[in-house]
Amino acid sequence: MDLLTFGKTGWGDELFYATLMTIAVSIIAMLIGFLFSAIFTPLKLSNNKFLNLIANSYTTVIRGVPELLVIYLFFFGGSGAIMYVASIFGYYEYIEINAFITGSVAIGIISGAYSTEVFRGAIQSIDKGQFEACKVLGLKRYIYFLKVIMPQMLRLAIPNLSNVWQITLKDTSLISVTGLVEIMRQSYIAAGSTRDPLLFYSFAAVLYLMLTFLSMKLINRLELKYSRGF
Amino acid sequence: MDLSLMVSSLPRLLSAAVITLKLLSASLIIGLFIGLLFAILRLSKNFIINRFAYAYSYVFRGTPLLVQIFIIYYGLGQIEYFRTTFLWVIFKEPYWCAIIAFALNTGAYTSEILRSAFQTIKPGIIEAGKSLGISNKIIFYKIQIPVAIRQSLPAYGNEIILMMKGTSLASTVTLMDITGVAKHIVSTTYKPLEIFITAGGIYLFMTFLIHNLIKYLEKKYSFQ
Repeated sequence: MDLLTFGKTGWGDELFYATLMTIAVSIIAMLIGFLFSAIFTPLKLSNNKFLNLIANSYTTVIRGVPELLVIYLFFFGGSGAIMYVASIFGYYEYIEINAFITGSVAIGIISGAYSTEVFRGAIQSIDKGQFEACKVLGLKRYIYFLKVIMPQMLRLAIPNLSNVWQITLKDTSLISVTGLVEIMRQSYIAAGSTRDPLLFYSFAAVLYLMLTFLSMKLINRLELKYSRGF
Repeated sequence: MDLSLMVSSLPRLLSAAVITLKLLSASLIIGLFIGLLFAILRLSKNFIINRFAYAYSYVFRGTPLLVQIFIIYYGLGQIEYFRTTFLWVIFKEPYWCAIIAFALNTGAYTSEILRSAFQTIKPGIIEAGKSLGISNKIIFYKIQIPVAIRQSLPAYGNEIILMMKGTSLASTVTLMDITGVAKHIVSTTYKPLEIFITAGGIYLFMTFLIHNLIKYLEKKYSFQ
């Protein structure tokens, strides 16, 4: 147990920072995912067949391919692709991209595919009358979206977004293969140098459980806030 | 893009797909039994049994699959009992460790799917069975289970796809499934884009097949 203490002899502080890293990657990935869903949800809902096709292939491909493979593709393929672009501009040195950035972007793209589906479902289940009422009242487009559609969409989307958040949080454990020191990687290092994998991997499991438990509590509060009056 | 490499790596990746499918089917079959067992335990009125089943599904759904594989493959070997008894025959093999981890993981999700299916069965169906004088046991096996399976088909189809994607983690414990072989080829050819895209294509094709199989089953076993 003293392996888990803080300070020079224990791994407590390292694991604490690793936990912060996991939280940071998850939040950034989730935000990148929102960015992607802000682009692809309108494409999914549009009447243009071609735009639909683009958005559908994004969500289908990402949700049909293992997360680990996407991360490998970004981590090993990413620097090659960037070096290729750089070589066009006459830069031939080796470029290594940061594991934090590639990891967050890879997980963000995966998370975005799931949240796109969530937002699409939420917008589609809003009563048609609401859209028509906005048009009849002659509301400006952004007010109509921010004040009428958005609050209703969030109420419907939050329970499912909490699932997406859980998936994203658990997916960050896969970034450990790129060497980014988050919970899984730190446990791997600690297990290797103390020859006590059972303790450290079990502790990692406890840390993940704590994170999912605490985030569930927070999300439940949000859910209450957005379902006032229902 | 090196198209000839993509084509020439295809046979090796496809032969690795056999391992992926083996891992998937073994863990799904074991997981289905675990899931059914724990779904029944969850419906039990006994507080302790109920909480135990809930804790199982909460722990396995709340932690990443990677942690679960690592605990089973690297962690359990540390316990004297696992190394000295016949259990070591199973736990020294990454193949069995991966299947155990996958089965326990998918079992947790399956138990949630089946539980909600059992809870949403219309009471009228069971009452109809009772009024016809059918025994409780037969009502359970011949009415509740088939109806629950039909109701949980769409969710279970998603779970099969999630599990298929999960089997890629077997490559982290030295197994040569599609992802493992793809990584190996990349380490010798230094062409990550081509190889990983080909591997992704195989996974995507498998997803497509599973998706359509489930759709077909849904249609076949619909109530109407």
